Amino acid sequence: MQVVIGWEEGPRGVRPAFVTDPASARGLVFDERCTQNLVPYLSPRRTHVARLGRPAVVVKGCDARAVAGLVRETQLKREDVVVIGVRCGGVVADPTSLEALSPATVSDRCPGCTAREPHLADHVVGEMPPPPPAGSRRDARIAELEKMEPAARWAFWQEELGRCVRCHACREACPMCFCERCVADKTQPQWVESSPHPRGNFAWHVTRALHQAGRCIDCGECERACPVDIPLGLLNRKLAQVASEQFGHVPTDDPAVPSPVGAFKKDDPQEFIL
Amino acid sequence: MHATLDKESPFEPRLTAFVCNWCTYTGADLAGTSRLQMDANVRIVRLPCTGRIDPLFIVKAFERGADGVIVSGCHPADCHYTSGNYHARRRFAFFKELVEFLGLPEGRITFSWVSASEGQKWREVVNDATARVRALGPFAAYPGTALPSFPAASPADAAKGAAR
Repeated sequence: MQVVIGWEEGPRGVRPAFVTDPASARGLVFDERCTQNLVPYLSPRRTHVARLGRPAVVVKGCDARAVAGLVRETQLKREDVVVIGVRCGGVVADPTSLEALSPATVSDRCPGCTAREPHLADHVVGEMPPPPPAGSRRDARIAELEKMEPAARWAFWQEELGRCVRCHACREACPMCFCERCVADKTQPQWVESSPHPRGNFAWHVTRALHQAGRCIDCGECERACPVDIPLGLLNRKLAQVASEQFGHVPTDDPAVPSPVGAFKKDDPQEFIL
Repeated sequence: MHATLDKESPFEPRLTAFVCNWCTYTGADLAGTSRLQMDANVRIVRLPCTGRIDPLFIVKAFERGADGVIVSGCHPADCHYTSGNYHARRRFAFFKELVEFLGLPEGRITFSWVSASEGQKWREVVNDATARVRALGPFAAYPGTALPSFPAASPADAAKGAAR
């Protein structure tokens, strides 16, 4: 390998590190502030990273699913990357806050995590820490929204999506958004209006969530990257629930398991079709 | 076409139907050649297969002023391309759950399987979908922003669209 992509101490907490000199590998760290998923740097679109040479990437168990996703969708050959796994006891939702891991600061996706051991990794580092603190409110929030009248839910989402400035940071931060040319950038025809307008915002967020349906690895990077705090994790989580309940699919770090939108069963549920 | 519109109702919905060429379009054609009377609120867009229907088509239809959408194709195991409808079924399972979670009322989008011999069923799908959307009222989610380019059936229809 020629470059190790990991985390190092920076002026405001941890930051991604690209280590090309074995001596500086000592500066690599891993703790609960390493929320960022580093797998997007492996995307073929990141030519500036690809130029550094054959990569090794440090992954948490959840991030390993992104490596598997890229391999599954032929964006990456498994033998072209060295995967260094770290055993994870949960990460904080906002690493820049510099607060310790607690039920109040833990990322919403961590409680109940089943991917703490990175099975896909070539090398696994560290002892298994205690499990992440409990207390995710995400599923409860989804259930709460589903109890509302459609009109109230529409109003809620219009307000949330109305803040969108269409910076597409959610797309850039996502390990599974690797299209060379995104449908949102196409202008002839223009499927997604590019200005931050309710029409275009709705079309973009429907598109983003649907394109992640059954593919999202639940790393939470889209929500963390969002400058206006749109709860994108709720949309991703909702579709993950659909994938699990209707098609028995859970995010996995096994590249051989097909994604639910790329496969079908003849007896899939179809109660919604007349 | 306008003879069958309900003159008593203050609101006549506009529905866009995305149908596959091999089953539902032929079924709708059969309904026509059989002289079945049905609501004239539906504009049909013919596509090769339900597998060709990107959910963005539906979003776009609503953007451009549709009050409701029908998506229809071949019954499972009848797809002209073997598996297009199976893939579409999964895609629309996700799409339906997503847009309902985002607050779109359930009756605005109708999914159905209509075969080439089911002209009668097509009529029921059209009438039922139109009735549901008529009850829900206009899709005014983006008030004042409807684009003028939704194909109008007649000058009267166009005037109605401009008034919204």
